[in-house]
Amino acid sequence: MRWPSRRAGLLVGAIVLGLFIVLPFIGLHVPWVLPGTLDIVNSTGTLEVLALCFMFAGVAVGYDMMFGYTGLMSLGPVLYFAVGTYVFDIALTHWGWSLFPSLLVTFGVSLVLAVVLGAIALRVHGIAFAMVTLAFAQAFYFLVESNPHNLTGGDTGLSLSYTRMPSFLSGAVSNTRNLYWVALAFLVVAYLIVWLVTESVTGHVFVAIRENELRLDVLGVRPYRFKLVSFVVSSLIATGGGIVYILVIGTAVPSVVASTTVTLSILIMVVLGGAGTRWGAVVGAMVYVYLQQYLDKVGAEPTFTRLPAVLRVPLSEPQFLLGAIFVLFVFFAPGGIAGLVVRRRFRRASAATLLSAFQGLRKGGGG
Amino acid sequence: MTNAVEISDLHVSISGSHVLQGVSFSVPSGGVTALLGRNGVGKTTTLRAILGLVASSGRIQVLGNEVSGWPTHRIVRLGIGYVPEDRDVFSGLTVEQNLRLAESGSGAQYDEVFSLFPELKTRGRQRAGTLSGGQQQMLSIARALLNHRPLLLIDEPSKGLAPKIVSEFAGVLERAAEHSTVLLVEQNLSVVKRLAQRIVVLDHGEVVHRGEVVDLEDPTLVRQLLGVAGAA
Amino acid sequence: MNIFLVLTFSGVALGAIYFLAASGLSLIYGLMDVLNFAHGLFMTLGAYAGYEIATRLPSSLGAPTLVILAIIGATVVGALAAGVTELILIRPLYGKPISQILITIGLDLAGVGLLMGGFGSTALQIPVPLWLIEPTHIGGLYLPNASFLAIGAGVLVLIGLEMFLALTRYGIIIRAGVENREMVRALGIDVGRAFTLVFVIGGAMAGLAGILYTIVFSGDLVSPNQGDSLLIFAFIVVVIGGLGSIRGSAVAALAVGLLQQYTSFYIGGHSGWAQIGDLSTVLLLAVVLEWRPRGLFGRVA
Ligand SMILES: Nc1ncnc2c1ncn2[C@@H]1O[C@H](COP(=O)(O)OP(=O)(O)O)[C@@H](O)[C@H]1O
Ligand SMILES: [Mg+2]
Repeated sequence: MRWPSRRAGLLVGAIVLGLFIVLPFIGLHVPWVLPGTLDIVNSTGTLEVLALCFMFAGVAVGYDMMFGYTGLMSLGPVLYFAVGTYVFDIALTHWGWSLFPSLLVTFGVSLVLAVVLGAIALRVHGIAFAMVTLAFAQAFYFLVESNPHNLTGGDTGLSLSYTRMPSFLSGAVSNTRNLYWVALAFLVVAYLIVWLVTESVTGHVFVAIRENELRLDVLGVRPYRFKLVSFVVSSLIATGGGIVYILVIGTAVPSVVASTTVTLSILIMVVLGGAGTRWGAVVGAMVYVYLQQYLDKVGAEPTFTRLPAVLRVPLSEPQFLLGAIFVLFVFFAPGGIAGLVVRRRFRRASAATLLSAFQGLRKGGGG
Repeated sequence: MTNAVEISDLHVSISGSHVLQGVSFSVPSGGVTALLGRNGVGKTTTLRAILGLVASSGRIQVLGNEVSGWPTHRIVRLGIGYVPEDRDVFSGLTVEQNLRLAESGSGAQYDEVFSLFPELKTRGRQRAGTLSGGQQQMLSIARALLNHRPLLLIDEPSKGLAPKIVSEFAGVLERAAEHSTVLLVEQNLSVVKRLAQRIVVLDHGEVVHRGEVVDLEDPTLVRQLLGVAGAA
Repeated sequence: MNIFLVLTFSGVALGAIYFLAASGLSLIYGLMDVLNFAHGLFMTLGAYAGYEIATRLPSSLGAPTLVILAIIGATVVGALAAGVTELILIRPLYGKPISQILITIGLDLAGVGLLMGGFGSTALQIPVPLWLIEPTHIGGLYLPNASFLAIGAGVLVLIGLEMFLALTRYGIIIRAGVENREMVRALGIDVGRAFTLVFVIGGAMAGLAGILYTIVFSGDLVSPNQGDSLLIFAFIVVVIGGLGSIRGSAVAALAVGLLQQYTSFYIGGHSGWAQIGDLSTVLLLAVVLEWRPRGLFGRVA
């Protein structure tokens, strides 16, 4: 039975979204659960963490379209994320442009990079593709670290000047609430884009590529262009995430926004949530970012510092705990959180899906 | 033990297509049983399922052992020599190294193999990738015969080879069948008639005929089962 | 001219370390289709093992003995860590290459996290004998002694590995398995043992690379993330050389090491653009891929 569960899913999604929209007006005190320093739901700390959750959720759902649906394991999403952060910040702060031209040039740069680098990387398959995208992202990291023309600030990074910003966004701290909504809006837009694409004929071809690329070739569909589309759209969403990041946090350091760690985090979020399910990526990202912040907070608790070293060292290290949780998931719940919740096997590209995708292409004149 | 191989209700699916749909047949000990059928009906897949190289469901008995779910190397060590359809010699290794990999224990019959294929001895240090197709097939057969295995699975040994070489290989296999049970997949009906005593015919992932090799003398049956002219 | 020779020398030394880091990775990939992210962890573990040995053992042993023990210890720890990883984490996931990759990512993350917790994020100094820091004077050139160590190790490992792969039964099984795993199984050979062996060999070389990198290029400093940054270059080397090819790794490692040294001096030195050396390696990768998508020594799949 497909549609009742889908309708229930929509309902749950709408309720959760509604709750998140009104959350900044709720001044509830919830001890222990929240990662912010104050245990209050709409405190600045909590809202900022949630904004980060939404931002990563949007990036993760974009990555899920490429990895989960199309089967392309890119290890370079951080490149497009960092392009978002850096180009936007440079345009706004360094060149003193206003918001819209800055957005435009940021997405423009990202688009060109994604098309060119994607076209090169997609010449190889599987693991080689993963390594090449990783190397390209690393090149960007080297680039921003080297601080060309004093644009990127090298190791110390950049901070955002809010002077050219519309008033409702200016000041990372004073307008946390508005930035929270911006991050939420980004997540909604990213989710809608991925939904529309994955439910379209193009999306069916993505799944067909993941299941059996050779068979598509036999049907006369050239997978290359579809893979490039998947890569580019996913990259643009990552760029959006990078922009939201600098808006929310206000500063960017290469080791935090441009290093491979970010890529691995995104990959882990998607797998943790359940690849190829869209909402799984969102949940995975929220859980991951929340845990990261929460474990950081808990690790510094006095009760913890009194533990013997064998326990204290691993338990106070979020990176260890997240890595270990991830290993356990890959082992025992490869379908991720979504797989645990919905006991449904991954959608297979049945002959019917393939055929409908193929016919859709014929009708659309593409292919 | 009368049957070297017994298969019942074997099912195999490969990337979504149901290639074998309940295949059952047995290969009696001794002599040559030919597995026949048009291209793409699942003959190779059947051999690979016996070897545990593809996931399958159903029962497979090899030399008296229930082998379903066993790892390939364990099944092979029961005593199987395998000549795959595409020869699959290791092209980066020398002829000697290819044979050395096939050794099991101390019983390698190098003298016998070299008397069957003297060329393999003189070309011992040549890389297998630089051999001709016929020489690669020699090496592939030699690998399977090296250890006097009780069961040989041989997949289209004549594929793509000149008639003279084909008849040479047929002679070699004839001698091998004197001490081993052979399950032979072969499209060349004259080779089948020369070597086999029994036949099993597959079509669309199912067994459509089990019988004696004399059945191949019936042109209508041959056309019906194999889609080729019976005269050979 | 002298500068050029010195750069060449240190480029070869860097290449030797890249080769140690990359060849294990390449073999593991070639045989098992596993992209091993934990290789960075194995390198870091090796370096920390070296640190522990060099600082905990009584200094009365003398600095030269300590450094040799540290190098041996790093190699052994890398091998053990990799062997255990293969047996416990990789083996149960055969046939699921993506899951295997993800497992190694998780392991790397967890392991590096643990090292950070245990040793702190700041770099630690390994005590080394003076002669490793001093240069040797040859024909008007001053060449750092530590680089000789790296080059020597690289050459020895290359020769040893080639001989192992050419002459021993397991070496031949590994080469055959890189070509066609299934057919090796169909000859009655348990490929799983070869997998473990390749992991152990790769881990040993990673541990060795980790400690040598520390001694030769990072001023005897050990830090939790050093293996992961080295891993990036190892990946680049593996792809340029062709996945699964030892000789490819050797040639590509040399090319990458030399290119990095030349560009960072001749271009970076003049423009103050220090990272140009790192960047140039990625450019080399892009060029090689455009020209030969399978890498220099890659097989046709
Ligand atoms: N690796 C594979 N991927 C997809 N389909 C396959 C694969 N191997 C075999 N098949 C399909 O299985 C069917 C049976 O193949 P095979 O056993 O090789 O037939 P035969 O040996 O009788 O010619 C064929 O239709 C083929 O297309
Ligand atoms: Mg066949």
